[in-house]
Amino acid sequence: MASQSPPETAQDDPRGDEEQDRSALTRYQPPSLAESMHASLPRWSGAAAAGLGLLVAAAVVAVTDLHVAVAVVAGAVVGIAAFVVASRAVEGERAATDRFVTALVTVAFVVAVLPLVSVVWTTVSRGLPRLDAAYLTQSMYGIIGEGGGAYHAIMGTLIVTGIATLISVPIGTMTAIYLVEYGGDNRLSKVVTFLVDVMTGIPSIVAGLFSLALFTLVFGPGLRLGIMGSIALSVLMIPIVVRAVEEMLRIVPARLRESSYALGVPKWRTIVKVVLPTAASGIASGVVLAVARVAGETAPLLVTVGIASSTNLNPFENRMAVLPVFAYYQIKFPGIPPQAFIDRAWTGALLLIILVMTLNVAARVLARALAPKTR
Amino acid sequence: MTTTTPALTGGRRRPGDRVFSGTATASAVLILLVLAGVGLFLLAEAYPALTAPADRISGGEGMVVYLWPILFGTLITAIIAMLLAVPVAVGIALFISHYAPRRLSQTLGYVVDLLAAVPSIVYGFWGVQVFAISLVPLYQWLAENLGWIPLFAGPASATGRTILTVSLVLAVMILPIISALSREVFLQTPRLHEEAAMALGATRWEMIKYAVIPYGRSGVISASMLGLGRALGETMAVTLVLSASGGVTFNLLSSGNPATIAAEIALNFPEATGLRLSELIAAGLVLFLLTFLVNFAARALVTRQKGGST
Repeated sequence: MASQSPPETAQDDPRGDEEQDRSALTRYQPPSLAESMHASLPRWSGAAAAGLGLLVAAAVVAVTDLHVAVAVVAGAVVGIAAFVVASRAVEGERAATDRFVTALVTVAFVVAVLPLVSVVWTTVSRGLPRLDAAYLTQSMYGIIGEGGGAYHAIMGTLIVTGIATLISVPIGTMTAIYLVEYGGDNRLSKVVTFLVDVMTGIPSIVAGLFSLALFTLVFGPGLRLGIMGSIALSVLMIPIVVRAVEEMLRIVPARLRESSYALGVPKWRTIVKVVLPTAASGIASGVVLAVARVAGETAPLLVTVGIASSTNLNPFENRMAVLPVFAYYQIKFPGIPPQAFIDRAWTGALLLIILVMTLNVAARVLARALAPKTR
Repeated sequence: MTTTTPALTGGRRRPGDRVFSGTATASAVLILLVLAGVGLFLLAEAYPALTAPADRISGGEGMVVYLWPILFGTLITAIIAMLLAVPVAVGIALFISHYAPRRLSQTLGYVVDLLAAVPSIVYGFWGVQVFAISLVPLYQWLAENLGWIPLFAGPASATGRTILTVSLVLAVMILPIISALSREVFLQTPRLHEEAAMALGATRWEMIKYAVIPYGRSGVISASMLGLGRALGETMAVTLVLSASGGVTFNLLSSGNPATIAAEIALNFPEATGLRLSELIAAGLVLFLLTFLVNFAARALVTRQKGGST
């Protein structure tokens, strides 16, 4: 059975394609004897198809008054069609399908990256103007128009996220230890594993409502405290920590534990002194990633912490400002002049991105620095 | 004497052991309690609204009439976002794992991971200040030329802050998440399967179709479900972008849009007291149950797939 369709020679291929991909085919070099066994489009054909697509898009924009997005779609369709038709003529059916998918996947990638680049670029370009000393050192106390800063909100974010980390890491780590070292295959660990999965899917605002409902039941309605925000964030953070630590503990080799038991070391000391240090790098980076994941959460803090314009460093008393909620209020309810508020909001967003990115990079560095020296 | 395997229990049970295993078990049980607490406390706080007479609920026609439009808005935005994002995300994942040059692919993967971590409120800012405005001409074109499709009936909103914009923003948001997870599964395809396919003369697409996708299918499903969960519960981006005016409609371009549950809560919460607060918490309870169901279904699907394919 021939795995390749009969090789088609270069002479056949321009038929019917002239209007589609003239540039690619008029300059087509007949392949050498060895190559003609597997006739294929030249390496630059992909670039040529992309160029054709861009040309078509540009022509549509220039000639008609259609929207840019429509033109881009038209260009992509023409480019891909030309590429596939050319490939089908030269290389045969199966190769053409392959080319088609390659083109689709590449276009999908480019299309998806554009908005993501736009998000980052907009935030950086609009956030930088107000990223000054005043923004980092002043609160909004007594500010009505321009000026002011987010010092109070930055401190609030650090405090609320810090407390959430202090709550989540011990609980998450101990749960993971239970699942890996003690639970085995019993019913409790199966249920917990399942529920941890469900917990990762809890919408963040529901976590906020939970914390609020809890405090309302205990202390009465109308309360807004930093600690309520920390508890809401913990609900989101614990499952992430459990997952990360569990994964790390499972890859600690069993022979390390067995050697320790053989020396008569109790189980708990084995876990503390052998298992945890071996997994330390992964645990540290998992925890940092979990912090990064919740540091930018807005909705749960909006309903639990509220907003304040002056600095409040006590999480157990009164409302607090946190960076995401602060930025939200600045952009959603701007005062006069509005631009001052919008600028402050974008700078807040930029700081959030910087915070999250730094934590992500830190996680990588930690994972490398603390990696066990086994060999 | 005990019959448990002595090698793995580490000899005698010492006091330290008992304390440590007790703490570990307590943490695991605490997670059960927290999750039960989420349901119970929300129910307790929502109870006044659920039992109140219909005319005292916002809109004056009871909880069901109040909840239906926002539930509809939540579902339609999340589902459109999923339909748009999943094919593209799988494309990105395949591009990074199997098409991009090897040196480039690691960097790209890292960048996608970073984008998955961008806080949702940033997407909201971008959506309302950049994206929605740039979509207005497109919406006008769609309403004029494709208006015979009920989805694009128009008249197009002048601000661009419509259901379709929200769905697009949500799609952009969940893209990195779905593609990061899918890429991870695609990369785990056994090397031997891929090489065997290539050795049989398969093209790259045939190799992906017969070796990579069957292996990664359950992973992609669970990644998509995670993305759906995110889209259902996403609050800030929707709150910022959508200009909601109530009403159930499939018209994606006009300025008459249903809100979503999460956005309804976030918008009205700061001023809500008493029964209004209860209503919002009841809406939160519905959202919780909805995401619970989605997660449950995802888990069940994945388990069945795994059982079948081995």
